[in-house]
Amino acid sequence: MGFKIIGTGSKLPQKAVSNAQLATFLDTSDEWITSKTGIKSRTICTDETITDLATQAANIALANANLNIADIDLVVCATMTADYAMPSMACCVLEQLGGACPAFDVNAACSGFVYALDVADSFISSRKAQNVLVISAEMMSRMLDWNDRTSSILFGDGAAACVLTAGDSLKYINITATPQIAPLFTKASTGNNPFANHATDENIFLQMKGQHVYKFAVTTIQQEINLALTALNLQANDIAYFILHQANTRIIDGARTRLKLPPQKFPMNIEKYGNMSAASIPVLLDEMVRHNTIKSGDMLMLIGFGGGLTAGTAVLQW
Amino acid sequence: MLEKITKILREYKSDDDLAVAENSTFEELELDSLDLVQLVMDVEEAFGVTIEMDTPVTTVADLIKIIESAESQ
Repeated sequence: MGFKIIGTGSKLPQKAVSNAQLATFLDTSDEWITSKTGIKSRTICTDETITDLATQAANIALANANLNIADIDLVVCATMTADYAMPSMACCVLEQLGGACPAFDVNAACSGFVYALDVADSFISSRKAQNVLVISAEMMSRMLDWNDRTSSILFGDGAAACVLTAGDSLKYINITATPQIAPLFTKASTGNNPFANHATDENIFLQMKGQHVYKFAVTTIQQEINLALTALNLQANDIAYFILHQANTRIIDGARTRLKLPPQKFPMNIEKYGNMSAASIPVLLDEMVRHNTIKSGDMLMLIGFGGGLTAGTAVLQW
Repeated sequence: MLEKITKILREYKSDDDLAVAENSTFEELELDSLDLVQLVMDVEEAFGVTIEMDTPVTTVADLIKIIESAESQ
């Protein structure tokens, strides 16, 4: 295994949108959203682009790593909501940073960050790269039907970045996909192709079967934790923090209580940001680094899960 | 079957006196859609069955029907 994280950074949009603000145009309430999801607020892009936020997060991570963009050999960006379908967000950010190296995006929905770490690990382990910039940035607000009170309340926008270099921090990484489109998907448009037989008025907003996704998530978290602990011959107590994708407090609490683990080991920031898809794990990680929550030597288990259905787990010793 | 489900429900709700009948709706029992998934997962463990989340479940009787159908497969 081949890397350690030497710098983190994150950047959220300026505008915070409270549950009460959503209730002004949706048939919902702060009480309902809070009790069903744990979310009180989310940050939503207004003037900023997601490329801007990703670039700022990357700059902070590079500064914290004491590296320049010229030192970076690869940029991998986990996203499904980039400003451009082409070129990749990784290329858009790299242009703003003034660098030049291989750059591409990874789409594994909410598991994207762990997938991107695995890609970075492969490049570092095979000595194709020494330093890798991993970015996770999502503008979920562009994918949502803001008339749908069941889905639009859940998500937020945000960006985070990590600088990885060759090292021995990564103890375990595992990514999976058990393909099922129906529970969670966003269709792409067929554009104005005159030959397409598909309906042109298809719903291109995010669609989710909440119960399906909830069951998948709670089951997957338990399985991923048990798999990783077994592979590493560790007990749950040996893990300082389980840093889970912030989809819904009830998903995290549901899995945690079934595993009989204490809440202190499961940090959350979903209350402030909602579900930021691939960005949620590294935004939380960066907050914990900035608040000195994580001590040197701490074992961290990062678990992503989401559309695909995908999942990914990484164990890092800080 | 009802007895076993009642036990699971009482444990989930941490309420030893919870009254459960076959025609009780989960709304009456104050379980929302995500509570229902947790309940289904507890039922899966207790009965050793796999339950898909496709069928709408409104009452305890609906759940019993699904468990019986899963057990016969």
